[in-house]
Amino acid sequence: MPIIVKRIIFYVCLILLWQGIVMLGIWPESMVPGPLAVVNEIYAGFADMTLVYDIVGSFKHLIIGLIISLIIGTLMGVLLATVKSADETLGSMILALQSVPSIVWVPLAIIWFGFTEASIIFVVIIGGTFVMAMNMRIGIKNVSPIFLKAARTMGSKGFDLFFKIIIPASIPHAVTGVRLAWAFSWRALMAAEMLSTGPGLGYTLSYASDFNNMALVIGIIIIIGVIGSVVDQLVFQRIENKVLKRWGMEN
Amino acid sequence: MSYLHIENVNKSFQRNTKRSEDTIQALQTINLSIHNGEFVSLLGTSGCGKSTLLSMIAGLSKPSSGSISLAGNEIKEPGPDKSVVFQEPALFPWMSVKENVTFPLRQKMNKKDQENIALHYLQMVQLSQFANQYPHELSGGMQQRVAIARALAMDANLLLMDEPFGALDEQTRTVMQDELEKIWMETQKTIVFVTHSIREAVKLSDRIMIMSARPGTIISDFKVDLKRPRQQKDLALLEEEIMAILKKEIDNVMKEELQYANHR
Ligand SMILES: Nc1ncnc2c1ncn2[C@@H]1O[C@H](COP(=O)(O)OP(=O)(O)O)[C@@H](O)[C@H]1O
Ligand SMILES: [Mg+2]
Repeated sequence: MPIIVKRIIFYVCLILLWQGIVMLGIWPESMVPGPLAVVNEIYAGFADMTLVYDIVGSFKHLIIGLIISLIIGTLMGVLLATVKSADETLGSMILALQSVPSIVWVPLAIIWFGFTEASIIFVVIIGGTFVMAMNMRIGIKNVSPIFLKAARTMGSKGFDLFFKIIIPASIPHAVTGVRLAWAFSWRALMAAEMLSTGPGLGYTLSYASDFNNMALVIGIIIIIGVIGSVVDQLVFQRIENKVLKRWGMEN
Repeated sequence: MSYLHIENVNKSFQRNTKRSEDTIQALQTINLSIHNGEFVSLLGTSGCGKSTLLSMIAGLSKPSSGSISLAGNEIKEPGPDKSVVFQEPALFPWMSVKENVTFPLRQKMNKKDQENIALHYLQMVQLSQFANQYPHELSGGMQQRVAIARALAMDANLLLMDEPFGALDEQTRTVMQDELEKIWMETQKTIVFVTHSIREAVKLSDRIMIMSARPGTIISDFKVDLKRPRQQKDLALLEEEIMAILKKEIDNVMKEELQYANHR
């Protein structure tokens, strides 16, 4: 059976189960709304464009933050991989920072930047930077010695060796870094937006929660999950697979 | 005065970083003089230090003691005066076949000349149709042929080859051997050729350095005085002679191995 058919059956069953539980009437609709109510909320949101503005707003924060985090992360990774003392000092800190959940930075961002977009972007940057840095570092450190040897016998050294061989050879790890940075940033974005003044999916989520609109809360959670996985699979996994194939690291 | 001069070269590796005294002697007292234009093979069982010696000649690693000089100058680093074919293809996967071959030429000439040279050598290894493919689309043997084309394109006077035809099928290997011999005769390059195939060594070399393992030394400097191109029937006799020398060596290794096993 093709995967797509299995998935359709799975989701249809899930929705039927959900509807069944709602119809048992154990919990009030204000706590567990039915699928139709959720669909209605999503539809209404798109019809009056509020959800569209939210998605556009979220992506704006995400793209700005992600690009900055990729730039900083790449530079940090290069630094860690090439300067031993930096790796031994800054490296340990980045490793520690990487394990701190992004939401922790939200109060700090609000104190520094107030309830502004800068706050959100700051948290998004923090979310993506460290994982990018660690992957870039590993990528550069793991360049196969045979590439370096071969390149050196062909007269490549210094900057030429770095930009023509070391950087391209580390691209597979860098691409993984980008994919993870996106995933981490996306999570950080939602955390940051929940404490912001919209538009943004996270903002509308907390707004809906404040007004006890359970159907919209669930609707937005679904939208966040769908966008997250669609972007991951349609964009980043495709790029990653292509790169891994080209680099001969997967068959 | 010899062209490539190897004098009293020793090479040892640290096996364990914690116990510094635990070193293995990969090569011991290697002395070797090679004339300009000579075709010299290093022949020996695996692990006898052939690749280690070649890598030092390439300037990729340094002897623990002793000296290696090329045209009177101590070899300190890799450079355009020596090109290397490694045991594995070592192609850059993010470059097309053609880009791989032009890589060593980038700083020397314009694009058009680079392409012409690349195509010339790709034709020689019968891969010109694959110029725009990427290495992962080629078989191991095809990749190795690209690596050979790349090394030849560098056009260095000293060509160092580490079991370059090991991954090829019998037919292709014969073709490549003939091509290499032709290039060598036309260009008068100096070639140091690592192999573990007696037949290949006898077919191609002026001299065969027969090596023994643990520690790696040269046990025989075997001259091959046969007219080229060489005939199969002439080769057989020399092959047997070399086989006899190597047999003794292999027996010694076997004995040593048994002793070691018994002492544990
Ligand atoms: N980088 C290294 N570190 C430790 N030991 C090495 C290293 N390179 C080679 N050796 C050892 O030196 C010996 C000779 O290796 P090598 O030159 O690769 O042999 P060959 O090419 O003749 O098969 C082997 O025992 C090998 O284990
Ligand atoms: Mg070897």
